[in-house]
Amino acid sequence: MSSNVATNSPPVVGNPMGTGNRRGDIIATAVVWLLLLSMPYWMALIGGYTELAIRIVVMGLAAMSLNFLLGFTGVLSFGHAAYFGLGGYGVAMCIKYLVPSTPVAMLVGIATGTIAAMVIGALIVKLRGVYFAMVTIAFGQVFYFIAFRWNNVTGGDDGLSGWSRKALDLGFTTIDLPGNDKAYYYFALFVFALCVGAMALILRSPFGRTLIAIRENERRARFLGIPVDQHIWMSFVISCFFAAVAGCLYALLSNFIDPRALRWDQSGNFVIMAVLGGMRSFWGPLLGAAIFVALQDYVSSQTENWMSFIGVFFMLIVIFFPRGILGILKRSVTK
Amino acid sequence: MTTKVDLSPTRRRFIKAAAAGAALQMTGPFIISARGEQPVKIGMDDCLTGTYAAVGKNETIGAQLAVDQMNKKGGILGRPVELVIEDSTSGDAGTAVQKARKLIDRDGCEFLLGNVNSALTLAMADVAYEKKKIMVATGGHTDAVTGAKCHYNVFRICNTTQMEANAVAPALIKNAGKKWYFITPDYAFGHTLQSGLEKAGGKLGMQKVGGDLTPLGTTDFSSYLIKAQAAGPDVIVILVQGDDMINCLKQAVQFGLEKKVHLAGAQQELEPLMGLPPDARIGTWVFEWYWNQPNVPHVKEFNDAIKAKTGHMPTARTWFGFAAAHACALGANHAKSLDALKIAKALQNFKLPPEVALMPGVPYFRAGQNQLIPNQWVGHAIAKGPGGPEDLFHVDEVVKVGEAAGTLEESECKMQWPA
Amino acid sequence: MSQVLLFNVFNGLIVGAFYALMALGLSLILNLSGVINFAHGGFLALGAYLAYTLMPHIGFWGALLVAPILTAILGLIAERLLIRPLYGRDPLYSLLLTFGLAYVLEDVSRYIWGAQSLPFAIPSWLTTPLSSQFFFLTGYRIFMVLLVGLAVAGLFIILNKTRLGMRIRAGTLDLETVSVLGVNVRILRNLNFGLGIYLAGLAGVLAAGMLGLQPTIGTSLIMPSFVAIIVGGLGSLPGTLLGGLLIGVASGVTTVYFPSATEAVMYVMMGLVLLVRPRGLLGEEGRVQ
Repeated sequence: MSSNVATNSPPVVGNPMGTGNRRGDIIATAVVWLLLLSMPYWMALIGGYTELAIRIVVMGLAAMSLNFLLGFTGVLSFGHAAYFGLGGYGVAMCIKYLVPSTPVAMLVGIATGTIAAMVIGALIVKLRGVYFAMVTIAFGQVFYFIAFRWNNVTGGDDGLSGWSRKALDLGFTTIDLPGNDKAYYYFALFVFALCVGAMALILRSPFGRTLIAIRENERRARFLGIPVDQHIWMSFVISCFFAAVAGCLYALLSNFIDPRALRWDQSGNFVIMAVLGGMRSFWGPLLGAAIFVALQDYVSSQTENWMSFIGVFFMLIVIFFPRGILGILKRSVTK
Repeated sequence: MTTKVDLSPTRRRFIKAAAAGAALQMTGPFIISARGEQPVKIGMDDCLTGTYAAVGKNETIGAQLAVDQMNKKGGILGRPVELVIEDSTSGDAGTAVQKARKLIDRDGCEFLLGNVNSALTLAMADVAYEKKKIMVATGGHTDAVTGAKCHYNVFRICNTTQMEANAVAPALIKNAGKKWYFITPDYAFGHTLQSGLEKAGGKLGMQKVGGDLTPLGTTDFSSYLIKAQAAGPDVIVILVQGDDMINCLKQAVQFGLEKKVHLAGAQQELEPLMGLPPDARIGTWVFEWYWNQPNVPHVKEFNDAIKAKTGHMPTARTWFGFAAAHACALGANHAKSLDALKIAKALQNFKLPPEVALMPGVPYFRAGQNQLIPNQWVGHAIAKGPGGPEDLFHVDEVVKVGEAAGTLEESECKMQWPA
Repeated sequence: MSQVLLFNVFNGLIVGAFYALMALGLSLILNLSGVINFAHGGFLALGAYLAYTLMPHIGFWGALLVAPILTAILGLIAERLLIRPLYGRDPLYSLLLTFGLAYVLEDVSRYIWGAQSLPFAIPSWLTTPLSSQFFFLTGYRIFMVLLVGLAVAGLFIILNKTRLGMRIRAGTLDLETVSVLGVNVRILRNLNFGLGIYLAGLAGVLAAGMLGLQPTIGTSLIMPSFVAIIVGGLGSLPGTLLGGLLIGVASGVTTVYFPSATEAVMYVMMGLVLLVRPRGLLGEEGRVQ
């Protein structure tokens, strides 16, 4: 798959994240952050609500983490929900059984997801294309069944409830995460900002450039002496690390985690978001997540048959706008 | 063949039009809420797609009928009532929780109803507790909702698994025998139902010869049935629900197992029976509500109203939604307030009036547990009864209110009231 | 205990044959066109629903004959309109398209036939078990195995004895060369897709006899099909058949010793195969990109 993904795009020069237009990038980034920082306030005006905004940020992070692997390294994983879910379970079990503290729980969740990714990544790194995708599904499903069966600890199919995110005690002040939705939004946005910043830095670094080289033409990269398997493993681990962070935020958002967060259809949703927004751009998956979450939320309130609308919408995007929404916008900008 | 994206003028126009249309739509609700007298909103977060779509839909139909009825009688505290329905999906807790918050935060619902799925019910209950709104659980049966995880503001209409076990165990012993093999769905509902049956049956001399936990969504039960039959039971106790129930019974009857052992269980509903071929409609079960009650007042009006709307007879699920919505109105009108604490206090030991209860006895919300204690119907499934094509259950016994309910201590609910 | 084990092995072969039927259709489509058809379960459901609708008019056997053909026609239309534009692009796109199509098919089925499960009844003489001891060998399940056998045989004949089949086989190995040789590849892919969907529709009619008929009837069967293909080997139809049988037997045996892992075991198998022998048990060398 990595070699095929390359044929659909022109080689990207300069900034891996943008249109090649430096000023355009800065403006785009500024606009995105402006919108994100003010979202709880303008959300309500268009029929949204703060929880929806939080969900967009969380799913956006998950989709962007997947895109690190898919759009920038050219490797498709259909099992990212496993690490997303492991992050969530780590948080939930920590708060419920160990230490009722949000930051500690997040560290536990992130560690759980990342360690799992390191182990599994090492096992699967030699595979490519649809095989890689299928084996990620396989491992994802194994975690799903563990969560499902280990009733006493994970709550089984009923999920883990009866816990909630705890207030952040910063010494000089306490941030009321559980009671105040807007407070949690900004907390989530803060974590999102850290992750996104880290991702951008990594992509701009020589390591990041190497990943793009691997995406463009793996064989050539190998001939150049690049240890491709190692790079893919690193990329996989980094990608799952951020997915685990998203999973932590997700569990904290709902004060609930259940095995379905680990299932392959959740993974599929992340892939959809990345493609919808535009695999080739940095912010694309965030846009895709926003559209997917908001559209699903809105359409399912209007009609029971929302699945048809979402399905048709999605098929239209795939057929007519394979570069995603951002792909359209980029085209009209550079035309 | 090139894959260049073609941004021809027509395509651009299409995008612009779609964006404009979407923007227009989104401003809709904002405009409407500015005019007229504010209705009291009841939010219903139930399964409209996925595995539980059929039963979830029935719950919403019952709730809507209740809302229509209460609007004819002055609504809640003199204000009109509006039912806002959202799809929780059949299993995505994130969506269910998000929709619950949407109903309460954005739509301003004072009450929350739902869900078919026990896990989603628990997750929603936590939201209702956090937001201090009354929630009436319609169809999630896991004991914890009015048990170990009970809240002062969360009520439930449908039975707990212990109640069902207590009601049906004597009939199972009498009709089928003492050696039981369990086929149990592998989640809390199944676990508690099985342990409830082991307890209730154990008092009557039941002997467990084996059991299997089956994952939700199992399509092929043949291997479990092979094991079950080999254990030599008097009855295979089938506790799986919904589609799993259909698959299991259908396959068991195809194997001719009903000629060798009894096939029975605990909770049964009209929806799976309707989905079974007539020769598979067998077994001893307990229903939480049944439409064919010829001598009970008001039931016929209910049946007729639902039949007019949907072309089908109401099921227990329809009644759950119906009673839940009415309970909200009754509680609020009784407490003369929309404050959750006042309503919760008003509903302690509250008896449902006959036109809502639709049963021979007088059901009530048990104080300190918020669990509705109703009649139950024990009987056996039939291919087709005298009442019509949807009379698929023959009632052998109507269990009196409270007879099978167990005690408050057994429920493990230790209700905490806010100061 | 050993009798239970034996029964479960036997039974597992029957269940596996059914998985194989579904997987074969999926495999055909995947091998030639490189399309991962996530909508296969949706077509299965359509086949079942069409059979249910036709049954009062033309009976069970008529429905068994006609419904898969109707489903195949719908498949041909879907391929022409939706999937054809995506050839030449990354296989990811066709995967995502079929994902969206699956949503639509499930919702349309629910819209037309309702969410309530429908009572699909097969002729009663067919459902009786052949013997009291081997009660799980019902006439229906034997019939199903025979039908799968027929389908496999039919597929073998088509692929090996007809020109269409020869072109499909050649196309699976090298579509470009086949196209250069003057074969209309578009029609080839179209017919191949239709054939795969025919098998899905057939599997649907058979499934409705054993399972409850409701809109999500196909979604739980799609994963075992993928696993069967991976285990048996991409690009190999006999491999897919073997994969299906293996999963069926593995699930059956697991039920005896470790019942709660019945579903998980096929994923474990898939993981193992992918790690140890990625091309699958009967897969061809060089298929791993």
